Amino acid sequence: MDWNAINLSLRLATLTTLILFLVGLPTACWLAVSRWRWKFLVEAVVALPLVLPPTVLGFYLLLAMGPRSPLGQFYESLTGQMLPFSFPGLLVASVLYSLPFTVQPFTAAFAGVDPKLIEASWCLGESRLATFFRIILPLSWPGVLTGMILSFAHTIGEFGVVLMVGGNLPGVTRTVSISIYDAIQSLDYSAAGQTSLLLLVLSFVVLAVTYTLQRNIWAIWPRRS
Amino acid sequence: MAEEIVARFTRQFPGGPLINVDTFRIACDRPSITVLFGPSGAGKTTVLRCLAGLERPDSGMIRCGDELWFDASASAFLPPQKRNIGSLAQDYALFPHLTVEANIAYGLRCVPESERSRRVSETVHLLGLAGSERRLPRQLSGGEQQRVALARAVVRRPRLLLLDEPLSALDSPTRLRLRGELRRLLLHLGIPALVVTHDRLEALSLGDDLAVIDNGAIVQRGPVQEVFSRPANLSVASIVGVETVQPGRVLSAAEGLLAVSVGQTKLAAVAPDLAPDARDVFVCIRAEDVILHKGDDRPSSPRNHLGGTVRAVTREGPMARIDLDCGFPLAALLTKQACDELALNPGDRVVALVKAPHIHIIPR
Repeated sequence: MDWNAINLSLRLATLTTLILFLVGLPTACWLAVSRWRWKFLVEAVVALPLVLPPTVLGFYLLLAMGPRSPLGQFYESLTGQMLPFSFPGLLVASVLYSLPFTVQPFTAAFAGVDPKLIEASWCLGESRLATFFRIILPLSWPGVLTGMILSFAHTIGEFGVVLMVGGNLPGVTRTVSISIYDAIQSLDYSAAGQTSLLLLVLSFVVLAVTYTLQRNIWAIWPRRS
Repeated sequence: MAEEIVARFTRQFPGGPLINVDTFRIACDRPSITVLFGPSGAGKTTVLRCLAGLERPDSGMIRCGDELWFDASASAFLPPQKRNIGSLAQDYALFPHLTVEANIAYGLRCVPESERSRRVSETVHLLGLAGSERRLPRQLSGGEQQRVALARAVVRRPRLLLLDEPLSALDSPTRLRLRGELRRLLLHLGIPALVVTHDRLEALSLGDDLAVIDNGAIVQRGPVQEVFSRPANLSVASIVGVETVQPGRVLSAAEGLLAVSVGQTKLAAVAPDLAPDARDVFVCIRAEDVILHKGDDRPSSPRNHLGGTVRAVTREGPMARIDLDCGFPLAALLTKQACDELALNPGDRVVALVKAPHIHIIPR
């Protein structure tokens, strides 16, 4: 097994999940309470990675991060390195790619909190922010945990975006799924099989845990009432 | 200046009735209970939410003493956090993840620790919740939940308590028991309260003062007993549930004593405030003010002796409602015992006695 790649994938997934937690809280909070009439546009943008082919997402990310783009130039002037084909570039891509997997469960959980509890908190003198941390977040933890688990698992398994944005540099951007692809290309079926089994078990456990926590996130199965 | 809330505002929901509150005053400097009473959909809850700051009126002004809470012309709006009002939602809205104690202490985050625990334990004892501090809301009975919600609101010493249908979430025996208890508790806490209800008995047993709301407007305001026995107009009479309302005609008036005819029947009524030229009126008689008497009519002090026939006897809990035909339909409310002793059955001849001051006259 390619422990180097597994290690890299775990590191990437952990960091992606952390960043998405911080980005997802305010985004989901806004989506849950906002009555802005163009909110559906934001929702569509957030959900885009769910339906977009990873190659398309990867292509645009390459353009956006490339040395001739403002973002690429800014990053290069800051660090002296290029963003594509580097671990930070991969991280940016992963965050965008897994965004809906965090934001959707978060939003569903926040929107599911009884508004009367929120109003009760306001009437007891607590600000909107304090109410979020004292009432909304504690009552939404299954949804928040679900979102984080799904993002983690999704990042571990991503392939197309990684290949487009990161390439295949051992120890830098070669993740588990790419190492499986490599193994098959070189007809090393036993290595590919071992790593694949690991991912299969991991994915199954993740989904089992997720559905135990919460039924109404991915409406593949009917909700348990 | 006595501290009072003065509210005058309008609020309209798309497709809903226009809520138009014209100068609603609630005294905040003495412990009294004002009941906002009206049928479902009359706008009671909207008024309450506008006062709490959870709803923003479209126009008008709300102030509390010197403090401006809302002024549409100045775009001023004080959020609920700053109004220092205690609010009790219909289903109590206890925080399900917090214990009874943490629920009660929730609004005291800025109070120093020692003061906070003193106030929480004081309130816990005051409301008879000792021993339940570590329990979660779902482990409590409906009555206990209500007391926790009340404790959570009053522990902050708000200047006014708003209660939205405080008894409607309870089963009926508990509701009966808590009706009297809630009034005692509210007066004991010494915090003025505004209670919203659509239940007559709740309004009668809880309130000192009554404001009747109909179609978004406050149509009558006054002491509870007065509003119930002397409704200002036909719609208030029907909202407060006056059982007998019949059109009549004033025959003569002298020193506030009126002779009124209802169909072929002549009635004596007291109506000091009626305009002298009023001719066509409505005659209102509350069922509990009607005394029934079986057998021959004998002289007695009530001015109105109405011979009639029993049409129906309906038993409602400890009371019995007797529908009579006295030339016009008249309802009487008796205790079940009285009904049994008189052995009333449909078809029986009876005499209904009504004192003249118990006949309330509304101009038509």
